[in-house]
Amino acid sequence: MSDPNPAFEDTGPQKIYFDALKNGVFRIQRCTVCARHVFYPRVLCNHCGSPELSWVDASGNGTVYSTTVVRRKADAGGDINIALIDLEEDVRMMSRVEGMAPEEVRIGMPVKAGIVIEHDQPLVVFRKSEVAS
Amino acid sequence: MSARDLRGSVAIVGVGHAGLGEAHGRTEMEILAEAAHNAVLDAGLNMRDIDGLATASVSSTMWALPVAEYLGIQPAFVDSTMLGGSSFVSHMMPAMLALNAGLCDAVLVCYGSTQRTSTFGRKEIAKVRPMLDPQPYEFPYQPAMPVTAYALAAARHMHQYGTTRTQMAEVAVAAREWAKLNPEAFVRDPLSIEDVLASRMVADPLSVRDCCLVTDGAGAYVMVRADRARDLAKKPVYLLGNASATWHRQISSMPDLTVTAARESGERAFAMAQMTPADIDVVQLYDAFTINTILFLEDLGFCKKGEGGAFVAGGGIAPGGRLAVNTNGGGLSCTHPGMYGIFIAIEAVRQLRGEGGARQVANAQTAVVHGNGGTLSSQSTSILGTDAAL
Repeated sequence: MSDPNPAFEDTGPQKIYFDALKNGVFRIQRCTVCARHVFYPRVLCNHCGSPELSWVDASGNGTVYSTTVVRRKADAGGDINIALIDLEEDVRMMSRVEGMAPEEVRIGMPVKAGIVIEHDQPLVVFRKSEVAS
Repeated sequence: MSARDLRGSVAIVGVGHAGLGEAHGRTEMEILAEAAHNAVLDAGLNMRDIDGLATASVSSTMWALPVAEYLGIQPAFVDSTMLGGSSFVSHMMPAMLALNAGLCDAVLVCYGSTQRTSTFGRKEIAKVRPMLDPQPYEFPYQPAMPVTAYALAAARHMHQYGTTRTQMAEVAVAAREWAKLNPEAFVRDPLSIEDVLASRMVADPLSVRDCCLVTDGAGAYVMVRADRARDLAKKPVYLLGNASATWHRQISSMPDLTVTAARESGERAFAMAQMTPADIDVVQLYDAFTINTILFLEDLGFCKKGEGGAFVAGGGIAPGGRLAVNTNGGGLSCTHPGMYGIFIAIEAVRQLRGEGGARQVANAQTAVVHGNGGTLSSQSTSILGTDAAL
């Protein structure tokens, strides 16, 4: 039997990810074997299967891959934006673009990440960035 | 042995449904059992002959157990793989393998839901799902699922290929035109392109008329080995090919929102059937949303990637169009009880038997049945044919 890998023994990556966000730090994983970034956080690299994952600060630079406006009545919270964001590290995540009307968000728009607390939970959200990522 | 050796080795010999639309005062198990009874009867068999069972539920994790108990059967073969709405198309392969291995002689595939009229319906299930099946990287953003996922795919397809809302509306209108020919369809009122474009937006660019119905309904079909099929009540519909593929679960993990795993399932199913899209007479696709039909026509090879919008334009898939697609009216206008996959199999069988009535496609000998599950997550393709296609 091989030695136990720390990836399976320490606090799990899901908790590490959200704990870091709570402290204002947006980190994602990078595989030390295949060198590709991994999102969402896992115990195994989804590209090569290796458990050798390290944490790196995310650049926060992204591009809107797709966007929609979920139409809701005002008493249900009103219309909201839902977007898929491609980070420059070549991973994709669901999020929303703030600071503009939800229907003004465009595919291809450069965006920058920020962290908000919502329902006591930290959440990565994006705003339109003036500098192309 | 390869998949090709199994081509035509089993057949669907009975189909049935029950409780389509609104099944007031009845439970999902009650309408499921009625549909199962109808399918067994249609095959000229008795429930005592059923020794294989495939079924799945959107809420019950051990669903095959209560179903077998309720039907009073003790199946030697059980498959309750749950891949979403495509499950009842993907069940064809394990059923085929089990029948060929001699593990059983008659497999009943069945599903039922009363999500429209039940006190624990679609909304309640959507509320508990985040607790039973957490998605901590999507749910906190409050995406209304599944429509948000399909809206994101539609928006990307429009951006990348110039697909228009009018072209997606063509899908809804074609489905309605077919539904008008089907007395069992839940909605048969007139519907125009303008109606679709003017209807309430749910998740841009999808309006409520781009979304499938919310109905009750149960469906079932029975499969046996081909040699036995020839001695039963109805004209056998042979399974010529089947393949399933899954590339993601969450929409944020889908590699390319304009290309679904139907490309892989379709390629493998056609290879097994030793056929191409040009050989197909009638097509039943899981149209949970109008964009689905466009994506699957492309991914299954009925047109090139990006040309699905043009393919459906001008009544392309309506009655009298270039290709007969979703001849029962589809999930958009016929029925959609949570998971719709079983109904596309039933409609294909009816068309291949010539039982389509006013909506019958002339001389239909081959059909594609394509199921979708989750948020474009699982895809299963079947090629069915009459004895002329063997």
